[in-house]
Amino acid sequence: MTRKNTIGILAAAIVGLATLGQPTPAHALTPYFTPATNAVKTPDAKGFIQRWMLLEPISKPNRTNTVFTDSYLRAAFDTLYFPDQFTVLPKNGDKVTVGEQELNWHALESTNYNVKLFRFADGLKKNVYGVLFWAVTVVNSPEEVKDVRLSVGSNSASMWWLNGQEALLLSGDRRMVVDDAMSKRLTLKKGRNILRGAVINGPGMSDFCVRFVDAKGKPITNLSITCQ
Amino acid sequence: MKKQTIRLFVNALLITGLAQTGWAQVGKPFIHDPSTIMECEGKYYTFGTGRGGLISADGWTWDGGGVRPGGGAAPDAVKIGDRYLVAYGATGGGLGGGHNGKILTMWNKTLDPNSPDFAYSEAVVVASSDGLEDNDAIDPGLLLDPNDGRLWCSYGTYFGFIRLVELDPKTGKRVEGNEAINIAIDCEATDLIYYDGWYYLLGTHGTCRDGVNSTYNIVVGRSKKVTGPYLDNMGRDMLEGGGKMVVAAGDRKIGPGHFGWINLGDGVQKMSCHYEADLDQSGRSVLGIRPVLWKKGWPVAGDLFKEGTYEIESERRGYALELAVDFVRMPYARRGFQANNDEPIKALPAQTLEEVEATWPGGNIEVRIGDYMFRPHQRWTITAVPEAGGYLGGPYYKIVIAGTERALTATADAELTTVPVFTGAPEQLWRIDQLIDGTYRIMPKAIPNSTAQYALVSAGDSTPSLAPFDGDSDNCKWNFRAH
Repeated sequence: MTRKNTIGILAAAIVGLATLGQPTPAHALTPYFTPATNAVKTPDAKGFIQRWMLLEPISKPNRTNTVFTDSYLRAAFDTLYFPDQFTVLPKNGDKVTVGEQELNWHALESTNYNVKLFRFADGLKKNVYGVLFWAVTVVNSPEEVKDVRLSVGSNSASMWWLNGQEALLLSGDRRMVVDDAMSKRLTLKKGRNILRGAVINGPGMSDFCVRFVDAKGKPITNLSITCQ
Repeated sequence: MKKQTIRLFVNALLITGLAQTGWAQVGKPFIHDPSTIMECEGKYYTFGTGRGGLISADGWTWDGGGVRPGGGAAPDAVKIGDRYLVAYGATGGGLGGGHNGKILTMWNKTLDPNSPDFAYSEAVVVASSDGLEDNDAIDPGLLLDPNDGRLWCSYGTYFGFIRLVELDPKTGKRVEGNEAINIAIDCEATDLIYYDGWYYLLGTHGTCRDGVNSTYNIVVGRSKKVTGPYLDNMGRDMLEGGGKMVVAAGDRKIGPGHFGWINLGDGVQKMSCHYEADLDQSGRSVLGIRPVLWKKGWPVAGDLFKEGTYEIESERRGYALELAVDFVRMPYARRGFQANNDEPIKALPAQTLEEVEATWPGGNIEVRIGDYMFRPHQRWTITAVPEAGGYLGGPYYKIVIAGTERALTATADAELTTVPVFTGAPEQLWRIDQLIDGTYRIMPKAIPNSTAQYALVSAGDSTPSLAPFDGDSDNCKWNFRAH
């Protein structure tokens, strides 16, 4: 039995429980997210970045994740969904219009090492399937660091840009695994580095985990993460 | 079995070879009882029974030219400090029957006969046999114990015992007052190594000097003390004839004998030997260099890499190296759980290159690591490039997508790509070494504009790259799977 089928049956079971009088799980961002603050925020002990600007999901219907070939993804991620999508550094509460959708940016901190996009969308009572998420964060480095790699795991496919340059594409019906894909060797500038990602998902869970690793593959933790 | 007449063999060595196609060493690697391979000033050297020896600039192509005076049988060599100590066996009665032998040692600062420093010291006798005692003092093997710097020499043949004596590592002479110790029977051309807390005694068993009918093979026992007892995997003492197989005949090569160990570090080990007969080289006795694998504490010869079409599997996660191209789905009829199982079964064709190649870009295509589905973008054909030379024990290979000339290539930023056509450029040539655990190290011959010696690594589960090799990391290890 496939994972997606399992999820479908589980979803049906949840609906069934609700009809039997059981309480429907509450739609909430907690305990998965807390509002981002201005307090100093470093990556966690393993280097995972937890503070992000997340855009409410753009509707991108796909009944299966098997369509996420490299070509499909490049076309999907090259599409302009909202103005300045590759350069904008939004503020909490900023709105964008995508087609008929009016979507808000949210400044959040994940309480886990990974960012659970499914819970983000569900917590805001948005579509959880057939969606495209945008995420932006600012990585502040005390010094220039060469030969770092951007490490990403995502469910499902995703694409990532560092300081406006494409860094990584994760294609296919992908599961989130720590250190699944690595960028080529990059340089973290001293000061602000803008990291942007887009995660696409049809059915099933959606999340991502991101960190930087040094030339020896060790997580980089002496960074500060801001939304601005 | 005692060694047969040496003169015929020496004559055979003088006969030039034909071009060879098999995976022994190339050039004129004709030798018997090669000494442990020594590296000296960028070249490799080994000496054999009779006079002389072989020299190689790269460890793959070998030719005559080595100089070792004294004649006799089955030398060995060890580097101590900045000098090389060479030991060999001389026999008064001749290898055809007499057993009054002598073990001699001599020094040289260099093994390069063209060097102004090339000069052997006068050979000194360190052990002997009188022709009647239970020992035949030829076939020395040297061990410089890494634990305490003591120098040991094993020697002997089937005629009686293999014996062990201690030499002075400063002079190469026998330690005064040292008494020989019997450590084995029923073997010859022994060698000692120390590895991971054990002393290993490697002996050659079987019949030699019978060409393609030689039954030579190499066996091993081990001990916690250099003086023995050396027991095999069944607990049988080598003094009782014990010994676990390290390497026997195979791949059209017959009669491996005279072990030599080359520990290159970082999990890369090689062994030298000779094959009594290489069917691809007129049945001559030739130099062999094989990977050494360790299985449950025992050395065993690995196989030379065989050309073919493979999945290149990452030891890190088990995913496969592949072109970063669109996955092309195979058509299939979805089958429900309630389908009729009595319907006839038929074989489905695998996806072919022709079905997918047109979907690939025409220029360079990057590589990644992904779930192996035996699809065309995951199948790599690996063939030797004879004109590209080699390294210790192997030739350089090209690695192309099966059915194409699209070649795996190192890039100047120490990453990877594939180019549409193999050109023979150094960054398209790959060194493949089997590691002691049976996995493989894969290294480009060169990285453009760099002197770095990097290996193919898994930077992430799905991301290959080039980086310094770490023998302790599965990131750096690969498997070749034909399936």
